[in-house]
Amino acid sequence: MKDMVEIRWHGRGGQGAKTAALLLADVAFQTGKYVQGFPEYGPERMGAPITAYNRIGSEKIRVHSNIYEPDFVVVVDESLLETVHVTQGLKKEGAIVVNTALPKEELQKHLQGYEGKLYTIDAKKVSLEALGKYFPNTPMLAAIVKVSGVMEEEIFLQEMESSFRHKFASKPEVIEGNMKALKMALQEVR
Amino acid sequence: MGKRDRLSGNEAVAIAMRQINPDVMPAFPITPSTEIPQYFSSFVANGQVDTEFIPVESEHSAMSAAIGAEAAGARTLTATSSCGMALMWEELYVAASNRLPIALALVNRALSGPININCDHSDSMGARDAGWIQIYAENNQEAYDNFIQAYPIAENAKVRLPIMICQDGFITSHAVENIELLEDKEVQAFVGDYTPEHYLLNQKETMAVGPYAVSNYYMEAKKQHAQAMTNAKQIVLEVAKKFAEISGREYGLFEEYRLEDAEYAMVIIGSAAGTAKDAVDALREKGVKAGLLKIRLFRPFPAEEIAQALSHAKVVAIMDRAESLSSQGGPLGSEVMAALYRARSQVLAVNYIYGLGGRDVRVDQVAEVFGQLEKDAAAGKIADAYRYLGLRE
Amino acid sequence: MDLHKLGETCGWQELTEGMQIYQGGTSAEFATGEWTAVKPEFIEADCTQCLLCVPVCPDSAIPVKDKKRGNFDYNHCKGCGICVNACHAGAIKMEGVK
Repeated sequence: MKDMVEIRWHGRGGQGAKTAALLLADVAFQTGKYVQGFPEYGPERMGAPITAYNRIGSEKIRVHSNIYEPDFVVVVDESLLETVHVTQGLKKEGAIVVNTALPKEELQKHLQGYEGKLYTIDAKKVSLEALGKYFPNTPMLAAIVKVSGVMEEEIFLQEMESSFRHKFASKPEVIEGNMKALKMALQEVR
Repeated sequence: MGKRDRLSGNEAVAIAMRQINPDVMPAFPITPSTEIPQYFSSFVANGQVDTEFIPVESEHSAMSAAIGAEAAGARTLTATSSCGMALMWEELYVAASNRLPIALALVNRALSGPININCDHSDSMGARDAGWIQIYAENNQEAYDNFIQAYPIAENAKVRLPIMICQDGFITSHAVENIELLEDKEVQAFVGDYTPEHYLLNQKETMAVGPYAVSNYYMEAKKQHAQAMTNAKQIVLEVAKKFAEISGREYGLFEEYRLEDAEYAMVIIGSAAGTAKDAVDALREKGVKAGLLKIRLFRPFPAEEIAQALSHAKVVAIMDRAESLSSQGGPLGSEVMAALYRARSQVLAVNYIYGLGGRDVRVDQVAEVFGQLEKDAAAGKIADAYRYLGLRE
Repeated sequence: MDLHKLGETCGWQELTEGMQIYQGGTSAEFATGEWTAVKPEFIEADCTQCLLCVPVCPDSAIPVKDKKRGNFDYNHCKGCGICVNACHAGAIKMEGVK
């Protein structure tokens, strides 16, 4: 239990935060971990704030509650910083990753006094450059893998590639774009 | 041997259905069980099953079609939740009293109102007297395993009753977790072919299903039904034993977790049992003798065995994820307390209502309940046997 | 099957599961015709043998032999009067039905 990592995702309906959490569970499972990936459901619709969760560990996970004291928080949409207390319960030794083009100093004031590490990535820039469209979840997935260290980057890329090959068998160009987005994101998050 | 995978509870049950390859599936979608017929209809479209999939216009029709199909001699299943099952209400009784072994994947969701899509057990608990076998799951693995065991239990000649395989809406139905799947061939060999003794499409025997029973017959019909339900307990155990042989996973009427020497016990159903196990472990590390009894089989209700398993405890907390609005507590509370009385048990018992409408339950809250039990034991009596957990005051 | 297995003197263990009946046409065994006080009367002389009355009878109480209907099977006719309405030749009469 002690080596279990808990991650909380904040996004808006339609941005793929839930999909990203499920993908993270998927890829962590491929590396032999015990995983949980689950969304918190309400009557949300596109654009409404949503929360999703991951637990990743080396032992069977039995707990079925939401995550209140996460090790890591991922914010897929920076506008959420205004309305959602994203750092609530976030462990000091942990970190928060925010999708934003703003400098860290600008963001810090929205973190309600959070003393842990802050990482940022401009997922929009990465996504537009790699995919030509704005899908923030792929870059954010790579960013949290890097920040949390739940798996080796090399293994992550390998597993994601085989997953994409399976999922987009008939659209190889999509695979290439997504892999580019992941690789760029691993570099861009800081 | 088994194949390791990671699946949501809905996906896991849909795969169990594919492996069983039933004859007929009538279904109407409702959150949070919609994914089950959704996945299954893709198996039908891909030719992975031979099932006749019937998209119906309501759950009333889904269960009616299931009754017709099962009476005709077809192995039939469906899936639903909450208000969907409420719309099946009359048919639930018809299916059961006509002794039709239909399997229903129930994804537990609060039954209105206020309207809510999240998990509690009010839907299936409301149907507890409909004459269906009810089995509950803690996680995706148990939902999958229970579904594979459904037909061998339901179709057994001593039973022949419909069966409801329940899992917690969203909490397990939509959570991706590790799971071990059986091979298709193993499942098919375990479940076997459906060979009903009497069925409407049998050309060699004419028959009538569902005749009117006047007062001179009605009670005899009910007693037969009750006897079949009584018989089901032993069959559930026999099927579980055979299932352990192919899967290595053992199931009973309920699971006892660190209960043997427990002074403070908790009786619980569903996904919160996993959360409670973490609390029990934490308390044990502090020297508190906490233990857990997780109900698997709720209908028939294994009252004697439960009372026996709890006989060494000082106090027991019975956790209900459903309200009876009886002013006395929830349905599980009533059943367990009645079981304790019948066994002339000296255990103090208290009933907690928790987790209604998807209200989250945390490890620390479960620990809080055990803390209260210690106080109750010290006081030697229960002043208030009907409590709420996680309620804003 | 032995219909006596569904008798009112049978104990619950002797009855069939779900009160199912494993035989067809069992209604022939029950003289439900005694339930009625009024009966239709067949006036053979006026009958054109069109046989329109036969399919409308809900109790199959109009026997047909050699393409001709015979007199009512009063053991099963419950006196509903539907046949009176179906007959255009006035060959069936019944009290209270026109």
